[in-house]
Amino acid sequence: MADTANVEIDDKLLKKRLDKALFKNRSRAFLLVLPLLLFLLVAFIGPILYFLSHGFIDKTFAALMPQTTEALSEWDAVSDPTEEMFAAVVADMVVARKNKTIGRVATRVNRDKPGTRSLFTSSARKAAKLEAPFSESLPAVKKDWNDIEVWQAMKTASRQYTLGYYAAALDMKVNADGSFERQDEKRRIHMTLLLRTMQISFLVTVFCLALGYPVAYLLATLPARTSNLLLILVLLPFWTSILVRTTAWIAMLQAQGVVNDLLVFFGMTPDDARFSLIYNKTGTLIAMTHILLPFMVLPLYSVMKGIPPSYVRAAKSLGANNWTAFWRVYAPQTIPGIGAGALLVFIVAIGYYITPALVGGQDGTMISNIIDDHMRKSLNWNLAAALGGVLMVIVMVLYYVYDRIVGIDNMKLG
Amino acid sequence: MALPAYAGWGERLWYYTFRFICFLIFLFLIAPILIVLPLSFNAEPYFSFTPGMLSGDPEAYSLRWYKDILINGMANPEAQTGWWTDVWNNAQWVRSMRNSFFIGVIATIIATTLGTIAAVGLSRAEMPYKKTIMAFLISPMIVPLVITAAGTFRAFSEFGLAYTHIGVILAHAVLGIPFVIITVTATLVGFDNSLVQASYSLGATPVRTFFKVQMPLILPGVISGALFAFVVSFDEVVVVLALGSVEQRTIPRQMFSGIREQISPTILAVATILVIISIALLATLELIRRRGERLRGLSPS
Repeated sequence: MADTANVEIDDKLLKKRLDKALFKNRSRAFLLVLPLLLFLLVAFIGPILYFLSHGFIDKTFAALMPQTTEALSEWDAVSDPTEEMFAAVVADMVVARKNKTIGRVATRVNRDKPGTRSLFTSSARKAAKLEAPFSESLPAVKKDWNDIEVWQAMKTASRQYTLGYYAAALDMKVNADGSFERQDEKRRIHMTLLLRTMQISFLVTVFCLALGYPVAYLLATLPARTSNLLLILVLLPFWTSILVRTTAWIAMLQAQGVVNDLLVFFGMTPDDARFSLIYNKTGTLIAMTHILLPFMVLPLYSVMKGIPPSYVRAAKSLGANNWTAFWRVYAPQTIPGIGAGALLVFIVAIGYYITPALVGGQDGTMISNIIDDHMRKSLNWNLAAALGGVLMVIVMVLYYVYDRIVGIDNMKLG
Repeated sequence: MALPAYAGWGERLWYYTFRFICFLIFLFLIAPILIVLPLSFNAEPYFSFTPGMLSGDPEAYSLRWYKDILINGMANPEAQTGWWTDVWNNAQWVRSMRNSFFIGVIATIIATTLGTIAAVGLSRAEMPYKKTIMAFLISPMIVPLVITAAGTFRAFSEFGLAYTHIGVILAHAVLGIPFVIITVTATLVGFDNSLVQASYSLGATPVRTFFKVQMPLILPGVISGALFAFVVSFDEVVVVLALGSVEQRTIPRQMFSGIREQISPTILAVATILVIISIALLATLELIRRRGERLRGLSPS
């Protein structure tokens, strides 16, 4: 009896010690990764989440027009504006004019109801001199104050947590009562752009596959010495600056460029009707295919190199002709490479910025470019964040798929 | 895959057609890069071949755009003394080159140090949540650059880091990390862990073991990871556009505005220099790869 008890205690002790040792090992491994994780959290993940939060949160109106915000919160968005609301607006406008923040308020409401910018700036100028009852004196300055839509727009703008920007990113608008509605057909620009981004990325992926597959096949079947030499032709573009390659394509494709010169020389087009190959969608497609082609060739090549040539030989010895042997035996084994390459190219393409910005012209720009436009030109960070959020969701879903199908740890460079 | 002696005419035809198609694709890959070289010696301010260049007239070629790299932005290009000091301090391209190297080198050091240590931890069998953490560490490569740029700009400006060298360096270090992780973990896959145990059993401390046993063996991976990280920073423009002011102008940033504003063959001259740099980098990487394979007892292929 005593013996069994002892063994039991020993067992427990041993297990405890083992757990302790394993835990120690685990934490030691984790401690090595920790500095990098913290660094990424502070310098990458945190900043991105902070930026994306702007797509949901907008405190501009609530911070600059506090009394109005409070008055509007009790309003049902249907009945006529009350005297209290008018008084609150006038009081806030007086303060906002003194602090020189009325411009920001005007811009904010203008996003929800275009054309209201001057209503705020000019009314604010006279707000200090107005006398009660404000529901009569304010509309006397600008009769637009009687328009209920202005008040509805203010109510929408006063919400600190809003889905309005995401709605705008998907070409919808939020009504004052909180319901969603599709934008008028003429104002649906973001969906058009998103679809175009998808279309360009898809086409680039298809082109890369069409061009990359034969090259990878050739590299995988040639003797090592020759294929290593030819591989340099794939790797050199990969290592060359994207800006250099984009510049090179401008030199190649412009009206007086090398390609057009050759076409004229061979009489394929008259001198006065040269093709416009750049600063449009064609230019974006050609330059992006060139830039992303190595991302397709390299995974394909590494998969094809692992396919034993004896399989095709066996198929042929069993009576298959070249066509059947290739499509029934060889090609199915390259599917992992196709998946890896295509996903990688598509993921990189969908967020592409530089090339479309430089050679895209009007119809070759992509979603990244409009995000940049909203940050730089219209200074609408909230909408930029919402569009960024949409792009981010697409990319993350693809990244997840990539991880499931290919595995992140199978990613190879060169 | 040589053509067998018994191949019929159809097979022969396809064989040569396929080779020709591949030749055209290689041409597509390499021609734009090569076309930049002769065009950068153009005597005229054009982006295309002049008739003089095509007929081989030496007058049609010149080094003026290379000279322009040095002169553009100088305070006094005609001065007799202090010409090179002027170039070093004022020429736009030279200043961006200095910025590029400064930012690139420090970002590479940060990315390589943190990345290598993390990769060593990641390659341990007992590492918990390996896949998830790996996915996090690789994500800077996947997240669209515009979002990274916007995020870092927004957050860094709260701490006064926007429009500073430190801000750009930190962002570039982040972008380089996935490449270091990928290359170093790839070298560690073939790493024989009994070497570490042998070192411990002989009484070495973990730090000593790392520097004397592990480090020399994974060094090729670390160096190629560092090269990748450097190239990423050296080629990056979107983050610099958002985070950098004139003081942080790098070569790609200068090229970007050059292409957008006043396109001149100076850009082609710079491009030529960059192509030569990338050829040098590629050659270095290949040498490292061969050395690494020799070290690990594989026959170089």
